[in-house]
Amino acid sequence: MARITASVYTSHVPAIGAAMDLGKTGEPYWQPVFAGYDFSKQWLKEQKPDAIFLVFNDHATAFSLDMIPTFAIGTAAEFTPADEGWGPRPVPKVIGHPKLASHIAQSVIQDDFDLTIVNRMDVDHGLTVPLSLMCGQVQAWPCPVIPFAVNVVQYPVPSGRRCFMLGQAIRRAISSYDEPLNVQIWGTGGMSHQLQGPRAGLINREWDNAFLDRLINDPDGLSKMPHIDYVREAGSEGIELVMWLIARGAMGDVAGGNKPTVRHRFYHVPASNTAVGHLILENN
Amino acid sequence: MALDKPYKDIPGTTIFDADMSRQGYHLNQFCMSLMKAENRARFKANERAYLDEWPMTEEQKQAVLARDLNRCIALGGNIYFLAKIGATDGKSFQQMAGSMTGMSEEEYRDMMVKGGRSIEGNRHLGEKK
Repeated sequence: MARITASVYTSHVPAIGAAMDLGKTGEPYWQPVFAGYDFSKQWLKEQKPDAIFLVFNDHATAFSLDMIPTFAIGTAAEFTPADEGWGPRPVPKVIGHPKLASHIAQSVIQDDFDLTIVNRMDVDHGLTVPLSLMCGQVQAWPCPVIPFAVNVVQYPVPSGRRCFMLGQAIRRAISSYDEPLNVQIWGTGGMSHQLQGPRAGLINREWDNAFLDRLINDPDGLSKMPHIDYVREAGSEGIELVMWLIARGAMGDVAGGNKPTVRHRFYHVPASNTAVGHLILENN
Repeated sequence: MALDKPYKDIPGTTIFDADMSRQGYHLNQFCMSLMKAENRARFKANERAYLDEWPMTEEQKQAVLARDLNRCIALGGNIYFLAKIGATDGKSFQQMAGSMTGMSEEEYRDMMVKGGRSIEGNRHLGEKK
């Protein structure tokens, strides 16, 4: 049977992708950001996952106001990095895992989560920046990736509670897949940031670190935090952090297993407008 | 019955909810059209004529022409859509975000390097700084 071995959490700031693509990673501004991922790159190489279930959000790229799915699972064989207006990032095509993705869709929908199934979707920085941070500059991503897009652009976005419960359903779905795959689940976005209005530039270091603490030790309690706390304390775009609860909900301790091991934790301000947070949890 | 919108109480912040999305529909879809290189070229060649192809309000068109992002947001624009205008103009996300704060580009960048805008005094409307 397939199993989720670990979860990874990371911000997905577009400027991080641009810094890598333009060869700026060694600059004093960027060096501390990338240093926070040195361990993670090595760790991922050693883990050799067979598939990554990658929770992210589209930023008015694949989804305009034509359609706004709350939860969308990518079941295609491949996904092209999008042109977000600055030209597409020079990164590898994302290879999907249609068989596992379809299995998860079938299982999770029967578990009462009404997913939208997407067979054509360009993927933006929300998906490619986490891959770049964890893999570096590579010719091909190390394994197939199932993109899972969450609407966090138009309110109301799904609640933290709903995301946390969805993660549990995803875990059940993956656990019932017949092949013995090593699957990781990644939650991306955040941490505190606000990109709009006179309050743009908001960062809340104390809140972010409390969020990381609770995500590790009290995810059930954290999942009950209302939206207003995210937007007030972590900025209008800080709401992306609800996506981390999907990955956290898929960990074994939530289903009665042992607590996960914290393999890595990193926090840095700033990357462009945003606080960068990163965590790796391994199932035991 | 009116829906509860506790986020109206956050200073300097507009939450892009279903009402705002409805008001900003054509404005945001105009922004999406700038994802295509040929549309960017047509927009740059004659901004007013390009905007007139969209059923946007005059106020929305003026806000776009003035690159007044705060005004665009008040009229239903969403920052991820408005970013397409910035990309067309060759602006970074940081330049766009900074332009809404009343700070110069350099002041905004310095604020971010020093840890960003503090949450203190920025939680509720009318709060003492």
